[in-house]
Amino acid sequence: MTTLPIDNPIDELSDDPRQRPPLVLNHHEFGTVTTEILRANEAKKPPMAWYIAFVISFSLMSFLGLLVVYLVVTGVGVWGNNNPVMWGFPIVNFVFWVGIGHAGTLISAILFLFRQKWRTSINRFAEAMTIFAVICAGLFPGIHIGRVWLAYWLFPIPNQMDLWPQFRSPLLWDVFAVGTYFTVSLLFWYVGMIPDLATLRDRATNQVKAIAYGFFALGWRGSMRHWHRYERAYLLLAALATPLVLSVHSVVSFDFAVAQLPGWHTTIFPPYFVAGAIFSGFAMVLSLAIPARELWGLKNFITMRHIENMCKIVLLTGSMVGYAYAMEFFMAWYSGEVYESFAFINRAFGQYAWAYWIMVSCNVICPQLFWFKAVRRNVWVIFIITLFVNLGMWFERFVITVTSLANDFLPSSWGWFQPTWVDVMTFVGSFGLFMTLFLLFIRFLPVLAIAEIKGVMPEANPHAQHDNDGEAEA
Amino acid sequence: MSASKQTNATTPLWGLAAQFSSTAAIYKAATETRKAGYRWFDCHVPFPVHGLDKAMGLQYTILPILVFFAGMTGLCVAIFLQVFTNSLELNLWALVPVVGYQFEVSGKPLVSAPAFVPVAFELTVLFSALATVSLMLALNKLPCLYHPVLKSSKMKRITDDRFFLVIEARDPKFIRSTAEVFLESLDPERIVELEA
Repeated sequence: MTTLPIDNPIDELSDDPRQRPPLVLNHHEFGTVTTEILRANEAKKPPMAWYIAFVISFSLMSFLGLLVVYLVVTGVGVWGNNNPVMWGFPIVNFVFWVGIGHAGTLISAILFLFRQKWRTSINRFAEAMTIFAVICAGLFPGIHIGRVWLAYWLFPIPNQMDLWPQFRSPLLWDVFAVGTYFTVSLLFWYVGMIPDLATLRDRATNQVKAIAYGFFALGWRGSMRHWHRYERAYLLLAALATPLVLSVHSVVSFDFAVAQLPGWHTTIFPPYFVAGAIFSGFAMVLSLAIPARELWGLKNFITMRHIENMCKIVLLTGSMVGYAYAMEFFMAWYSGEVYESFAFINRAFGQYAWAYWIMVSCNVICPQLFWFKAVRRNVWVIFIITLFVNLGMWFERFVITVTSLANDFLPSSWGWFQPTWVDVMTFVGSFGLFMTLFLLFIRFLPVLAIAEIKGVMPEANPHAQHDNDGEAEA
Repeated sequence: MSASKQTNATTPLWGLAAQFSSTAAIYKAATETRKAGYRWFDCHVPFPVHGLDKAMGLQYTILPILVFFAGMTGLCVAIFLQVFTNSLELNLWALVPVVGYQFEVSGKPLVSAPAFVPVAFELTVLFSALATVSLMLALNKLPCLYHPVLKSSKMKRITDDRFFLVIEARDPKFIRSTAEVFLESLDPERIVELEA
């Protein structure tokens, strides 16, 4: 028994506040929830689309590996980075991927603290997406330093030169911020997954699976004494990750804002970067969730209600990003600073104007379509808009990084940045890395948080038959 | 409803488990078990049932307090690390001859509190998060390689859709016959014997 017939009279998309829309459709038993979510993991073979996607992703990832070897062997001259544009694609890609990595922890932590129960259907793979995106992000500064074999200089390790990292530099703050973010996201993801790994262990059909899942399930046996501490730990992690997720992109924005370059040296950067990160992260969650729920048959859990909620967050954060773009222009004019004013006029009408207008049309105009209910409920339109949003957010980082460096104070030091094929293919290859990890995840690990989803079903309430929604008298 | 009666004489009884199919039933069973005076009992459930910890009379965990101290440790480590590596003559490590390195940038002070905030914050969070997870597992005595509850093939649905109440044989009130009668009175789906 995998799918139950539709017998649900309640419209999950209803805007009537008197109705609480169901978070799980067509299930009234916990057992069917387990079976349906784990169907993809327990199937003998994944669908054909999975194999095709995996072959493509894996090839791109392997190509990325070759390019990194080529870079290390030859030197950073294989990229288009030049003087004055020292930060070409690697930093653009770094900020892009870190930004995408923000939605996962936002969904897990901030929506958890706000008791947004709809997060349970999307948090697991959004967290996975976060981790894989941060892996891609970490790759770029790592190879951008040129001599990768000296990457350990980034860390405060005593060495024979008596040299320590420069703790007053935002670039070093970045090392700590991204490192902490990766560690905490990984812990959050793993801790959330322990009970579900135990489910996979107990349902394993062969010894290999039982041992592999059993190893990572740590002997979890669903003891309520354990759950009690587990829930506290999860709440603590959420409380720790909430300021962390806001701090990470703020610190990334300090890389720019602490410099004195026109167009970078602005106080709006931290909130503007955080809004942009959540914007791009949610767009990426949608781009992945829409095909995944089709292929993996998860429509009863990732309902149209979930999709619509995410569209609303994209609309909100997209408008915040649009406001930030406008405010940057206003401040450039209002400050009366010639260099600052020039930097912004140059962005919109200078040599990179095409990039600027791609950014504005994708990030500001495109998500405004989500004001319309018909758009928010059409998965094809949503999918296309989210792809545009991701494109636009990549161009935002390109515009910020490249225009300010290419045209700074002195016209005599101006330059022009042109990516090489290595630049472009390294970026494309990072998508291969991201998708390979993601495809392995949806095949071998529980793609939705099974225990949490059971917990938000109406049947999970022990006092349901008394119609008593309040606290229990123990 | 039928308890499996055949016991192997060589393996001692570790406990008795009653299986339920709803959260309401396990909630009621936990309340009754606690009222009956049993202390060494536990509920095994596929997801945290709201209020069940209170019904079982569990003490609130000490975890948040421990995590607070871990966070403070992280903060101190971060401040020490940054002040030390920027120090001029402060040779704090008497055993290891390591000294700070002075970066002179635009005449800014070496020990600059605002510049040290991001790293101090990040390390506070990092230490707290690592402590949260490791202490949660330690307090739960996980990883656990062997447990009677995991051994029984009749308990597999703990992580799926069934709710089990287990009374351990080491409970001072545990007398097999009365415990079995008591568990039957809770109206379980079935009773499972757990071997040590």
